[in-house]
Amino acid sequence: MKTAYLLAAFAPLVGAIVAGLFGRTVGRAGAHTVTIAGVAISFAASLYTLFDVLQGNTFDGSLYTWASIGGLNLEIGFLIDTLTATMMCVVTSVSLMVHIYTIGYMADDPGYQRFFSYISLFTFSMMMLVMANNFLQLFFGWEAVGLVSYLLIGFWYTRPTAIYANLKAFMVNRVGDFGFVIGIGLILAYLGTLDYGTAFAAAPAQASRTVELIPGSPWLLMTVTCICLFIGAMGKSAQFPLHVWLPDSMEGPTPISALIHAATMVTAGIFMVARMSPLFELSDTALGFVIVIGAITAFFMGLLGIVQNDIKRVIAYSTLSQLGYMTVALGASVYSVAIFHLMTHAFFKALLFLAAGSVIIGMHHDQDIRNMGGLRKYMPVTWITFLIGTLALIGTPFFSGFYSKDLIIEGARFANVPGAQLAYWAVLAGVFVTAFYSFRVYFLVFHGKERWGTAGHEFGMAGDDQTSHDEPGDEAHHHGLKAGDKPHESPGVVTVPLVLLAIPSAIIGLFTVGPMLFGGFFDNVIHVDSTRHPAMAELASHFHGWFAMGTHAIVTPVFWLAVAGTVAAWYCYMVNPALPRAVKSAAGPLYRLLDNKYYLDRINDVVFAGGARLFGRGLWKIGDRGLIDGVAINGSARLVGWFSGVLRLWQTGRLNNYTITMIGGVALLLLFVVWPLLRG
Amino acid sequence: MTLTLAHYLILGAVLFAISVIGLFMNRRNVIIMLMSIELMLLAVNLNFVAFSHFLGDAAGQIFVFFILTVAAAESAIGLAILVVLFRNFDTVDAEAIDSLKG
Repeated sequence: MKTAYLLAAFAPLVGAIVAGLFGRTVGRAGAHTVTIAGVAISFAASLYTLFDVLQGNTFDGSLYTWASIGGLNLEIGFLIDTLTATMMCVVTSVSLMVHIYTIGYMADDPGYQRFFSYISLFTFSMMMLVMANNFLQLFFGWEAVGLVSYLLIGFWYTRPTAIYANLKAFMVNRVGDFGFVIGIGLILAYLGTLDYGTAFAAAPAQASRTVELIPGSPWLLMTVTCICLFIGAMGKSAQFPLHVWLPDSMEGPTPISALIHAATMVTAGIFMVARMSPLFELSDTALGFVIVIGAITAFFMGLLGIVQNDIKRVIAYSTLSQLGYMTVALGASVYSVAIFHLMTHAFFKALLFLAAGSVIIGMHHDQDIRNMGGLRKYMPVTWITFLIGTLALIGTPFFSGFYSKDLIIEGARFANVPGAQLAYWAVLAGVFVTAFYSFRVYFLVFHGKERWGTAGHEFGMAGDDQTSHDEPGDEAHHHGLKAGDKPHESPGVVTVPLVLLAIPSAIIGLFTVGPMLFGGFFDNVIHVDSTRHPAMAELASHFHGWFAMGTHAIVTPVFWLAVAGTVAAWYCYMVNPALPRAVKSAAGPLYRLLDNKYYLDRINDVVFAGGARLFGRGLWKIGDRGLIDGVAINGSARLVGWFSGVLRLWQTGRLNNYTITMIGGVALLLLFVVWPLLRG
Repeated sequence: MTLTLAHYLILGAVLFAISVIGLFMNRRNVIIMLMSIELMLLAVNLNFVAFSHFLGDAAGQIFVFFILTVAAAESAIGLAILVVLFRNFDTVDAEAIDSLKG
């Protein structure tokens, strides 16, 4: 049984090492064969583990003691339960699809082996993260996925924009990780262990303990710990205001956007909070913080999706918004719904990204949706799978996204932590926004006039003024279809993963919503204090099977908001294309606010980056050049020079002076010896 | 009048003083400096011989032999160095030879 766990975690690592270190020897085909084999083994082992766990065989134990410092054991271990097994299957299945897809997408790239090595390494890191049974290993995986994400955003390292984007991602994540490390430190300091089980068992005893961050204002220890941990999740899962790196991460190749920046890595924060549910349940304040951050992200990031013109960026903002939904679910104490949405989202968002990648291949690496249109005829498989992904995303009844999103909204309605009311309205309004931007992309790309080769920007609310500052991928925009060229459907290695992802995107919700959420699947794994946070119990009492839920949707406002969003998108981009432009010029300041992403990048640049640079310059001039160079190094040299200058006065070079000194010295010594004798 | 130890010691002291003054007063000629140093050694020798005689200990006179031998060797080397010095600097003027100045 342990063999399965080891295989699941380490098979991708072997693939990564072979493809990475011996990439030249094994060649392109060798590299993709070995990595796909590694991930396939991992996927099979994960499926086996899932079924094994469903039989009741959970596992929690350490395999290896890495170091022992004082009373603290740093261990590598696995905690295998339903949550872990679910995550393992999601990660490996999406990863497997992305690996296969990459063969087609990266076919002409000189960094082919390197790419496969990285994504396999990512799979390994993510598996270590989800399978961890202690905070240290969690942190290892956490940082390792961050590293791979950094490497992959900057995969095309000759593009300055990609380098800027990966640096930005790394730095923003450092801010989150700072909180995360403090959170882990607090757990170690107050609970005395890094092991999940022990820590969770010890936590309730500390529930009423307070700490004083600022003397005189006591905070609950658990509130501080959970908020610190959640700050880590905000960095990794791109929650407001640490979301700024995710849209820029679209500089990386599209398979990466699908795997890391949509389906798996960015959900690590969601997973982590769900895993820490016994801690978060102890603090209403922390849950309130979580739900408010989630609500802000869900609504405001969705709005940004409306004004973007880069197909990947629209989907990136959609990812931000959906991550906000998951965070709202966490804050509402319906952790299992968050994980459920994580799973469905992983499938349909990976699908959307890969389909977008297929469109990009078809358009010869032109990513601007204003240059597309009418692709339905030319790329039928991409079209149908993209449509399925979009329907799942906006929450069409019976599609997978419907179940998870609807339950999140209901969960927010029943939640009773501070801020839940706000969150409910935010996620409800978010439904309209989601439907609008999703179908905007869908209509602009697959329907309407064929606009490629003409470079006519007649659609969209955004004008040409946008391109200068927020589409750093400009280099890629230079190619594209020439007039007269026709886009064509992508090869089989691209379309097969699309189809394989479209199937779960459409139907996985039906099968899993009942057993996974209300069938005791997460009992003893996710801890909910149902007397204080009744949302999950309320959801359960209102749930009458997947079919009833699907048909009941028609009388809920959620469904009609989604319909309204779809119709609005259809009207704006199919029927009356002049309307968006009219709206744009009518709502100038608002549009500019959205176009500049609420000026957050500008603020970060000026306040934080500028402040850091100013601080650094101060340290350089005063600390480094003034104190260290000036006083310590040059200063001590000058002191020695001055002192020896004084000594040099004795070295006249004249024999006479030397003899006089010598004789004078002898005389003094003589006096010194004789003087006591004379006196005594 | 009999010659006592004090006479010898005073003679030695006078000789020593003359040699020191020779060193002090002479600021130029290195040869004179060497001669003064020789004289200094002779003054010391005189003290040795005097003490040896008045204390009845032959060891002092043995010391004198050694000192004389070493002094001879020393002045030979000193003169040899002087010759080399003169070849290089064309002078034995102590004031002019100040290349060692720091």
